[in-house]
Amino acid sequence: MTSFTLNGAAVEVEVPEGMPLLWVLRDELGLVGTKYGCGIAQCGACTVLFNGQAMRSCQLPISAVAGAEVLTIEGLGTPDDPHPVQQAWIDEQVAQCGYCQSGQVMQAAWFLSNNTDPSDAEIDAAMAGNLCRCGTYPRIRQAVRRAAEMLAAPVQTFDPLTDSGEG
Amino acid sequence: MNPVVRLSRRRFLALTGVSASGLLLGGLVSGESYAATHGSEASGQRLNLFVSLLEDGTVEIIAHRSEMGTGIRTSLPQVVADEMEADWARVKVVQALGDAAYGSQNTDGSRSIRNFYTTMRQMGAAAKQMLEAAAAERWGVPLEQCRAEQHRVLHSDGRALGFGELAAAAAQQEVPDPAALTLKSREQFRYIGRDVPMVDLHDITTGKAVYGADVTLPDMVYASIERTPHLGGRIASYDGTAARKVRGVLDVVELKAPEGAPGFNNVEGLAVIARNTWSALKGRKALQVKWTPSEHSEHNSEAYLDALQEKVRSGPGQVARERGDVDAALATAGKVIEAGYRTPYLAHAPMEPPVTIAVVRGEGCELWAPTQNPQATQAAVAAALGLDKAMVKVHVTLLGGGFGRKSKPDFSVEAARLAAHVGKPVQVAWTRGDDIRHDYYHSCSAMFLRAALDEEGNTTAWLARQATPPIGSTFDTSVNLMEDGDLSQTFGSVPFAVPNLRVESHEAPAHTRIGWLRSVYNIPFAFGVCSFVDELAHAAGRDPAEYWEAMIGEDRHLDFAPEGFEFSNYGRPIAEYPYDTARLKNVLRTLVANIPWGEKLPAGQGWGLAVTRSFLSYVAVASKVSVADGKLQVLEMHGVIDAGTVVNPDRVQAQMEGGMIFGLSVALLGQIDFEGGAVKQSNYHDYPVARIQHTPKTIRSHIVPSEALPAGVGEPGVPPVAPSIANAVFAATGKRIRELPLSQHFSV
Repeated sequence: MTSFTLNGAAVEVEVPEGMPLLWVLRDELGLVGTKYGCGIAQCGACTVLFNGQAMRSCQLPISAVAGAEVLTIEGLGTPDDPHPVQQAWIDEQVAQCGYCQSGQVMQAAWFLSNNTDPSDAEIDAAMAGNLCRCGTYPRIRQAVRRAAEMLAAPVQTFDPLTDSGEG
Repeated sequence: MNPVVRLSRRRFLALTGVSASGLLLGGLVSGESYAATHGSEASGQRLNLFVSLLEDGTVEIIAHRSEMGTGIRTSLPQVVADEMEADWARVKVVQALGDAAYGSQNTDGSRSIRNFYTTMRQMGAAAKQMLEAAAAERWGVPLEQCRAEQHRVLHSDGRALGFGELAAAAAQQEVPDPAALTLKSREQFRYIGRDVPMVDLHDITTGKAVYGADVTLPDMVYASIERTPHLGGRIASYDGTAARKVRGVLDVVELKAPEGAPGFNNVEGLAVIARNTWSALKGRKALQVKWTPSEHSEHNSEAYLDALQEKVRSGPGQVARERGDVDAALATAGKVIEAGYRTPYLAHAPMEPPVTIAVVRGEGCELWAPTQNPQATQAAVAAALGLDKAMVKVHVTLLGGGFGRKSKPDFSVEAARLAAHVGKPVQVAWTRGDDIRHDYYHSCSAMFLRAALDEEGNTTAWLARQATPPIGSTFDTSVNLMEDGDLSQTFGSVPFAVPNLRVESHEAPAHTRIGWLRSVYNIPFAFGVCSFVDELAHAAGRDPAEYWEAMIGEDRHLDFAPEGFEFSNYGRPIAEYPYDTARLKNVLRTLVANIPWGEKLPAGQGWGLAVTRSFLSYVAVASKVSVADGKLQVLEMHGVIDAGTVVNPDRVQAQMEGGMIFGLSVALLGQIDFEGGAVKQSNYHDYPVARIQHTPKTIRSHIVPSEALPAGVGEPGVPPVAPSIANAVFAATGKRIRELPLSQHFSV
């Protein structure tokens, strides 16, 4: 039995040893917003925040998750109350097929939690591990800039583990 | 612990949107209807095949095409809503089941708007007229006095009834004859031509959108399949003992492949069935399996392409198109230029690998799949299980990218066969390795071009030969020669006003499953043709943009028939969609006018351009590159598209951006190699696709305003990209690269 915090709520799972968090989320907990894309940390589609840091959930065995705080796309915001990064993604109409966008949004949310005034080069470096086969990169750049502005506004604060929507 | 979250059947039915799937009323589109024979869960009053109306005023519009990122679930319903005078805020888009009643659902070939624009306008207009007729009946006034406007029907005296109030009465009205409908004039459009946001945008961005693998059924089991590494291989022997001992593994099942051409059948494999994905993957690693060799198990792609290249260089092939006397012109020319080009196999590699959930119950099979072509899925599964098509129900989820891969339903056939064997719902999910190694590959190609130039540098003869394994081989193994239909994609349909021209085809037998990939043969052929025009311009000492105009020649509609060439014109009559050289030149001129073409650049930088017509759209692309210390960077990409009438400009922009970046992957990175019949690559580390850092800082597209018939948008942005970059590399360095990807010559 492994216990951890998922989108602000305590969860317990009993799964085969070594099962990556990605499959725990998807197959065992039914949280399917986190996507499989490659299984070897090459595409970023499975990105979640793990103790506040963007991580590829396909590379996190369940044993490493014990006691951790995990935030997935479902916990970041909701359609009615999107997180600023999600709002920026909507405003810029980033998505095409959308499959990679959960990972892109989580990666950007983590990046902007540490840097609200990023340079173009910093944005590219931060997003370099997240593939989009549809080629939404130009709009991802714009959306990250827009989200940075929203997050830098004085009334906005962002802590990925407390500002987590409805979880 | 058991899973704590499971979707109820009701919930996943809601998620997959079968609620208004449908009863055919009115005969606006004819055909067999699944729903007509199996009943429907329609929640509203059905006005026609695509439109139903709830008492609360909600308009349900069927999206019968698949959403893989083009925005089609928005743009076609947007057309219906406009003609219907429905308020877009009260429209609910409902995904269709696979059902021939809707006409073709094959979301491929950049056809959705161009083939259904008029139909969708008629659906909307018919619904509107039925609502007006219902109001006229209610009020007892002539129809002419009633006019629908923004979800209400208004009477000339000021009375009004909401659409919802009229739902039941409208459904009883006679369905109008489509030919007799009055469609809106352009000035009356509310939504057509406007940037309506994608209906799935919020769900996608908040992780709630439902893709193939996101569908869960009670008691579902998970399968992972080890497949023959080479085409035609069969299981020689296997040992599943260790696999069966893996915790969570339920069974190991042989998945036989039928004899004959690959078609849409599964390839032979060994499936591990487990309680969850992870156990299935672990069990699969523990399998021991030996495969029989086949006629393809020695296929080596490098040697194969070398041989094709030699063949096209050394001898004449079958003539597909001929004008004048090429041989005489070449023999007497002052200058002869020739070049060979080659392009590799490519994999589609959509972010979501193929996946299907299937269940066989009673005499029927029900599937959930991210399919571009649910009717092909239905037909292939019916054939595999020996069922009547009407007993196969296909739900279309969102697609995590398609690019042509997901119109081949082999993966759904696997799920259906396993579901029939297991007796429970089965999810077959491909790993990325499966996807890269068992694709329907974009064909490799070898091309050879030779031209004669006169003293002014004008081209007087154009000889073009190619050898390219054709897609037809996937369905008939005896097919090994490109026909006019294949060559209609750029190579045979070049628009050049040269007096002597010949296009030839050499045999190229296939050694893997060849399939269509976003813009198909236009990729290799535009690379060869548009690179060679650039070479001729430089050989003539002339500006490439000016030379392109000279090559295209005067304004005219091309007629291929006198030259013995059956131009397929992407399935549309040439009279309806002429090949118009004025429009081709216009995108080129617009492009050049919008970039600093001819600017003085620092050493190691250059501009290149290319012009193509594909899927009935005219596109010109220019790229600016820098090459320094062996590192190639694309600094800017600019595209101009004339796609005729445009429904949703922002989505056309997005398709151009995406198409150009897809082309960037082709130009810089994409390469699939075979050795011993098997694909060498296995994932994104060795089959790289463009990342954000490859993407030019400046990437712009311009849509030519047009009232011409709508043309394709999803694919046409791709073909000109690779030659524009290779031409820019030449401008920057003087080095002519005649093979893709460019990563073979530069670090990228």
